[in-house]
Amino acid sequence: MKLHIDWTACDGRGTCTELIPEVLAQDPWGYPLPVDGSRQPEVPPDLESFTRRAVAYCPRLALRLR
Amino acid sequence: MTAVATPLLGAADWLSEPLPWQGRRLIGSLERAGLTGRGGAGFPTWRKVAAVAVGHRPVVIGNGAEGEPASAKDRTLLTTVPHLVLDGLQLAAEAVGAVDCYLYLPGPVTGHITRAMAERAGRDRFAVTLVPAPDTFIAGEESAVIAAVAGGRALPTDKVGLVVESGLRGRPTLVQNVETLARMALIARYGPDLFRGHGGFLSTVSGAVVAPGVYEAPQGIPIGHLLELAGGPATALAAVLVGGYHGTWLPIADAVSAPMSAAGLAPFGATPGAGVLYALPTALCGLVETARITDYLAQQSAKQCGPCRNGLPAMADTLRRLADRERDGRLPDHVARLAALVANRGACHHPDGVVRMVRSAMRVFATEIDAHLAGRCSTMEGR
Amino acid sequence: MTTAALWYVGRGTGVVALVLFSVVVALGIATRAARPLFGLPRFAVLAVHRGASLLSLVFLVIHVFTMVLDPSAPLRLVDVIVPFAGPYRPFWLGLGTVAAELVVAVIVTSLSRHRIGYRAWRFVHWAAYVMWPVAVAHAIGTGTDNGRLWLWLTVAGCVALIGVCIGWRLSTGFAVRPQVARQLAGVR
Repeated sequence: MKLHIDWTACDGRGTCTELIPEVLAQDPWGYPLPVDGSRQPEVPPDLESFTRRAVAYCPRLALRLR
Repeated sequence: MTAVATPLLGAADWLSEPLPWQGRRLIGSLERAGLTGRGGAGFPTWRKVAAVAVGHRPVVIGNGAEGEPASAKDRTLLTTVPHLVLDGLQLAAEAVGAVDCYLYLPGPVTGHITRAMAERAGRDRFAVTLVPAPDTFIAGEESAVIAAVAGGRALPTDKVGLVVESGLRGRPTLVQNVETLARMALIARYGPDLFRGHGGFLSTVSGAVVAPGVYEAPQGIPIGHLLELAGGPATALAAVLVGGYHGTWLPIADAVSAPMSAAGLAPFGATPGAGVLYALPTALCGLVETARITDYLAQQSAKQCGPCRNGLPAMADTLRRLADRERDGRLPDHVARLAALVANRGACHHPDGVVRMVRSAMRVFATEIDAHLAGRCSTMEGR
Repeated sequence: MTTAALWYVGRGTGVVALVLFSVVVALGIATRAARPLFGLPRFAVLAVHRGASLLSLVFLVIHVFTMVLDPSAPLRLVDVIVPFAGPYRPFWLGLGTVAAELVVAVIVTSLSRHRIGYRAWRFVHWAAYVMWPVAVAHAIGTGTDNGRLWLWLTVAGCVALIGVCIGWRLSTGFAVRPQVARQLAGVR
């Protein structure tokens, strides 16, 4: 399952990087930085519930699972 | 060197012949001709057209927003052979069964096109709406084009799916560079076989050449020959920037024999892009030029996405310090880390293009970097 | 339940709802600040904001319906939906109806945020800044007829809290977030 970031919506608020730090680290400006270096990071099954929460909690609705 | 069999530039009086309507047979012709997109991505045109043709209520958009300051081919086409472009637009619209047809143009050429359209009385089956394109670097990006045609600002949007499936207002959309459309018209007129293997492309040659300008050449032409078409080098050359501001620097020794084609440039990690060549003389410092270009690209960011809005100015600033011969040994590493941060993030590929160009500069101008870090510059210029 | 008990429960839950909604608005501003609050990580600030708003809604519902059920309280079922038509202090009572309806709109749109899209959600969410002063006015207008000091003090406390938060919200440093890992180890 891949995590899609809408970069035009993302404001670097940092909720997602707190909930799934294994998938998204923070760059020096606070924006999510996929740990695996890909455009749409792969989410392992054991992190699915946290990722769904990150998607639900994003203040800008910038995350989507596909 | 084989000449271009069906040249665009200097194409004979076009309007005197009827428009070579093809219907959906155009798709097969395009496949046989092997036409690839001339906007920079080089995607097989027939695939794009075929994908849109199966959609419901498709849209065709001719993209004439050059964007790239080092490129002049699109405006040359639109001012010298507008009817070829307009015919190509009609043919594409017919091939996909378009409901709406647009031509996205920068301000200065709109007058030419309006006059040309007035000359076409009764020739067209599809009404064409002209949409003004702003004079920005990213105005020609596919999703920015669609956003502008939809009435919004010409800024890239989040990619939710393929544009050929869901583009303008959710409809299948064919966005095609104006040169590609013009080549379509030639293929429809003269048949695909004449094009196949002898198809040409337009190249904008600038920098230290005797006659900078737009030239037509066969695909696969060695870059050295292409520079000769432009009058040859004006002075000794150090390197060539291949593919525009999002392209790749090649040292002159590699560039002269490198074929200007996707396959020919692949070993150098380069692509022909939209055929833009910039010849760097030995009198100019490659690092200074790279810093200048990066600064421009940073300013041209749409500034919608954090990594690009923050990372590109940081990169430009670091390159400027390197170009100014600041003796800080951490600078090249800082450039590399910023490049890694900025790549693969953002709504469009603007940062990726900048990273490609900058990484090639760090490779090709490695000796310059060493000199600058020691406070020297091996070119005559350079401050 | 005796009418006196209903009366006290009705007024009590009203005051608690006002205090809780004030906390919710304060937490909403803290959420927007996008930084940890008193040791709570950002996602937790948002979680408490959401949880507190639902808790506030519970108290609001009890407040409204005990008033409807209480024969001595001048609130009819129709006044729950139609503002400014009540028999007792219609204006101040009506403000309560307006505030309650805004709360429902904000909560419903927040629960369906992903379906209605960001812009629609945000447009309605701004109504929270309208809801809160209207709720305060309602509390003062309908709740202070006995002149009880504790009610005045509670309202004053809520106003002070929100006043401080709005001052914070409008301050110049609010949207600037401290940079993580200061620009890659010292190189500017």
